[in-house]
Amino acid sequence: MVQNTNQVEGRAVPEKTLGEIQVDNPRMSARNVNVFYGEKQAIDNISLDIGMSQVISFIGPSGCGKSTFLRCLNRMNDTIDICKVDGEIKIDHQNIYDPAIDVVSLRARVGMVFQKPNPFPKSIFDNIAYGPRIHGLAASKVELDQIVESSLQRAGLWEEVKDRLDQPGTGLSGGQQQRLCIARAIAVSPEVILMDEPCSALDPIATAKVEELIHELREQYTIVIVTHSMQQAARISDRTAYFHLGKLVEVGDTKQVFTNPRHELTQDYITGRFG
Amino acid sequence: MSFTNLMLTVLVISALYFIAGQRVARALRSNNAGKLHSLPHYHGVWAAVTSALPALFVLLTILIGKDLLFQFWARDYFPEDVMNGDTVDRAIALAKVSNVINGISFGEVEPWVQAAGDAWIRWDANAIVVANSLVLAVSLVGGLLGYRRINLAFRSRNYVERILTWMLIGSSLVAILTTIGIVLSVLFESIRFFKLIPPQDFLFGLEWNPQFEGAERAGSGGGTATYGMVPMFVGTFLISAIALTVAIPIGLFSAIYLAEYATPRIRGIVKPLLEILAGVPTVVYGFFAALTVAPFVKSVGESMGLEVASESALAAGLVMGVMIIPFISSLSDDVINAVPQSLRDAAYGLGSTRSEAVRQVVLPAALPGIVAAVILAVSRAVGETMIVVMAAGLAANLSFNPLDAVTTVTSQIVTILVGDQEFESAKTLSAFALALMLIITTLALNYFALQIVKKYREQYD
Amino acid sequence: MTDRTYQRLDPQQAAERVKASINLRKRKETRFLWLGKTAVAIALGFLVLLFAGILSKGIPGLFQYYVTLDVRLDARQLDPSGQMTVESLAGGDFDGAILTSLYEALGNPEGRKEKREARRLISSGSSQRLMNYVLDNPEQLESMVSIQFAVDDDVDTFLRGLISRETPEADRRISDQLIGYIDALEAEGRISYEISDYLFFGSASRDAEMAGIRGALVGSILTLLVCIVIAFPLGVATAVYLEEMAPKNRLTEIIEININNLAAVPSVVFGIMGLAIFIVAFGMPRSIPLVGGIVLALMTLPTIIISSRAAIRAVPPSIRDAALGVGASKMQTIMHHVLPLAMPGMLTGTIIGMAQALGETAPLLMIGMVAFIVDVPGGVTDPGTVLPVQIFMWADFAERMFVQKTSAAIIVLLAFLISMNAAAILLRKKLERRW
Repeated sequence: MVQNTNQVEGRAVPEKTLGEIQVDNPRMSARNVNVFYGEKQAIDNISLDIGMSQVISFIGPSGCGKSTFLRCLNRMNDTIDICKVDGEIKIDHQNIYDPAIDVVSLRARVGMVFQKPNPFPKSIFDNIAYGPRIHGLAASKVELDQIVESSLQRAGLWEEVKDRLDQPGTGLSGGQQQRLCIARAIAVSPEVILMDEPCSALDPIATAKVEELIHELREQYTIVIVTHSMQQAARISDRTAYFHLGKLVEVGDTKQVFTNPRHELTQDYITGRFG
Repeated sequence: MSFTNLMLTVLVISALYFIAGQRVARALRSNNAGKLHSLPHYHGVWAAVTSALPALFVLLTILIGKDLLFQFWARDYFPEDVMNGDTVDRAIALAKVSNVINGISFGEVEPWVQAAGDAWIRWDANAIVVANSLVLAVSLVGGLLGYRRINLAFRSRNYVERILTWMLIGSSLVAILTTIGIVLSVLFESIRFFKLIPPQDFLFGLEWNPQFEGAERAGSGGGTATYGMVPMFVGTFLISAIALTVAIPIGLFSAIYLAEYATPRIRGIVKPLLEILAGVPTVVYGFFAALTVAPFVKSVGESMGLEVASESALAAGLVMGVMIIPFISSLSDDVINAVPQSLRDAAYGLGSTRSEAVRQVVLPAALPGIVAAVILAVSRAVGETMIVVMAAGLAANLSFNPLDAVTTVTSQIVTILVGDQEFESAKTLSAFALALMLIITTLALNYFALQIVKKYREQYD
Repeated sequence: MTDRTYQRLDPQQAAERVKASINLRKRKETRFLWLGKTAVAIALGFLVLLFAGILSKGIPGLFQYYVTLDVRLDARQLDPSGQMTVESLAGGDFDGAILTSLYEALGNPEGRKEKREARRLISSGSSQRLMNYVLDNPEQLESMVSIQFAVDDDVDTFLRGLISRETPEADRRISDQLIGYIDALEAEGRISYEISDYLFFGSASRDAEMAGIRGALVGSILTLLVCIVIAFPLGVATAVYLEEMAPKNRLTEIIEININNLAAVPSVVFGIMGLAIFIVAFGMPRSIPLVGGIVLALMTLPTIIISSRAAIRAVPPSIRDAALGVGASKMQTIMHHVLPLAMPGMLTGTIIGMAQALGETAPLLMIGMVAFIVDVPGGVTDPGTVLPVQIFMWADFAERMFVQKTSAAIIVLLAFLISMNAAAILLRKKLERRW
């Protein structure tokens, strides 16, 4: 598949990624990652560093592998039986695909927020408390209350929900639900938060609030965000990576990628010629 | 002509009308310039239907109606004392007459019975003549009337399709008729039962002892017949509870394993195997329970120094539980699979282990569906008959001890109604009252389950 | 707004706590997985146990012991009037002929007691068997023939080793004398263990060695025929109406509720309805396949309707649009396009419904199909019984040989059910290939 469609409108996908895949202070670094779904290759030899306390956004047309690559970073692909990953992805010099690494503690360090808000059908409190409870993060009820409150505050949701913590999380509006999911991810105190098109199901006002939240969170967390909206990528991210047909075409400072792309495919995509 | 031959004749006549109708339509089409509204075979079908349908209706009416009419006429022959007696006497009189008609004789036949029988045979002969002439006439005339309407503009297709539509509607009504049939057949006899036995004695009575009825009637004493249904319902629920104790954990954990852990290959092998358990006829389970499980339970119990009845509730309940496993596992499997993947992703994304995701996210979300599955399983256990008939006892002990022999609603119904019954005795009628309670129980359980499922569906739609 | 600000749980600290929790959680995970596997293993274990139990008893039940005797077919003894008809043979002394050859094989025992014991060796159905042989082979009259006769069920049970020689004579059903005779016959090679012809060709009998399922099998087939003739057209017609034509109104809703309710009604209740309506109210005879078939048809109707509706719904709407687009009427669209495409699915549902009907027992008990009927039913209005009911009746008999015969009958029933379900699966596969 990948080999046959290497040509798009006469433009070749480069064999090597353009731009700086390395950063000075990486939180995570991926080297030569390939992903296969059965026979089909979804990710073709991608290497990329994710810098500490940075927001990096993955853009690219549908089916380019950006979500797949994102899900490699906390091994969410493990849940799909036919998915095989090779290459190495390191967090703090440890390969996360090393058999000695426990996927549970990895996911506690690398949290995830999904495309569609997916609160548990439980109360708001229980939604936030879920992670701390399973991981045993709170030594006491008081501590748990504190974690829940601080997470909600950090997600900017506390004022809106503090009087109805015992009501179901599914009763919130879409934007509130997504911020609840972000709060739920924060409650585990992860180092990295992966966001898979977190705003695609939200209206513009809710999107603005979530973007604002991401902006605030960047100080303490490393954030990787997949987005379909180039404006969003331009607004919130420090670095931007452009994916095409399972390959990483180019990566660089957001400003540089959007104003002066190095590859014609990136140029075409950000100017809206396809996507 | 017998009724079968008569029916065949009607069908032959209608086939002839089909050919005639089709031919005349073809002739019309080829003869002149006009355009035929419907295809020739629709005209044929139209002629055939107008011939057969009314005739078969008349035939059916006569078939069902004649015996009812004759029964009414036969009463003229009954002597005073029979007519003044209760319904039992009249039923016996009718049975005697029907013996004469069928040529079965038990010794001396009373003259009025003989007379009634002779008259009945005469009426029957007349009925056949009437039926023959009437049905044939209706079929010939009906067909002719239909046939004569055929012309170029005649919309036979529309008529044929309308008749077909009505036949489809009629078929759909069978479901309603069956329900009505079930309710009425059980309700009428139950009302008669409640005239003999007060409902409160039946509903709240703690003793079930119908076998004394004959003795009571004969006046030989030896106790009175009592009809309290509580022991049977206790027995039913005891056995069902044992069955569910076996089936719920095994069924539920199997479903969880198959839905969340098993590879597609294992799932593809295990699921059909479990469904085999659901396809085994209940009589086979009954045989297995009575022959293998009951003696096993007894010997194990006795080796532990317990007193075990040879037809213990435990044995029947265990086997019934095995029967219900696939029921719970496949229904639970469905609801577990219906839990959106996004919830699992959320749990895994936060670092849950599989079992944490299952226990704290998937199961609570699927709980209403699982509860509905369990309720349906209870309904099935309550209505299950053969296992308890073959492996549970008949003694109506009011006991909650699984090692005792208990009896159930269904096994009492079968015991009472199998073989010859006197339709007027309270004992026979009590089976219908039990059946009424059984229907109410199972339908109520079914209703609750459906309500839960409905609510559950709304949650994810 | 409170002014409290909380110290964020440091990621390092969090990671340590996660690590601390992990061993316990892994153990719980293993335990949970183990629970799931155990549950599946137990369920499959029950399946194995059930089938092993039935096969281990049922496969021997397919066989029985025969004793081969040399019988002189003396025309004067067997057919005194010489007409060679069933009536004339009834006057013949078949028992005498068999006993003569039996005594001969045993070395002509003297004394009443010895002879009585010898007579207990062979089945009481032997004279009938010899009569049938003569009727089939009249040319062999006046000659010496070797014929296999079934041994009595107690002898059969002994030969299977289920009655021990060590048991005191008074406590077992066969005497020492009889055991001596059996040993003698075995030594002469006259006793053989073969596939039981009585099982498949015999009809109901109280004698275990002669009992067979032929009548029940024919009864089952007749009952299923009635059932399918009624249930299939009704079920398909109802499904077509509800899916393609029914307006969304009260009546449709009532019909749908009724179908769902009928699916939940216990089967024994259908039997009660059959008893009250067809037998008591309509005066139809008991024990006939016609009534049984009607009752089972009403019982399986919901299954057939539900699967037929699913099959109709699976036909893509584009096909209907195409037919309607070229000017076909609604009814023509259904008859020419929808029904043929939905037919495999409907047949699958019908076969599954029929399999359900074939295994059903309780409703047929209610309408009297439990009667002891020796004749094979010749039509749907002849009294008869069905296979599951036959199993139920045999299960009640005390003779040990009946346990094996019952298991053998269960094997036959299961074989039918499995082949019906296999047919349904094949049909479904075919259906999948189509789209």
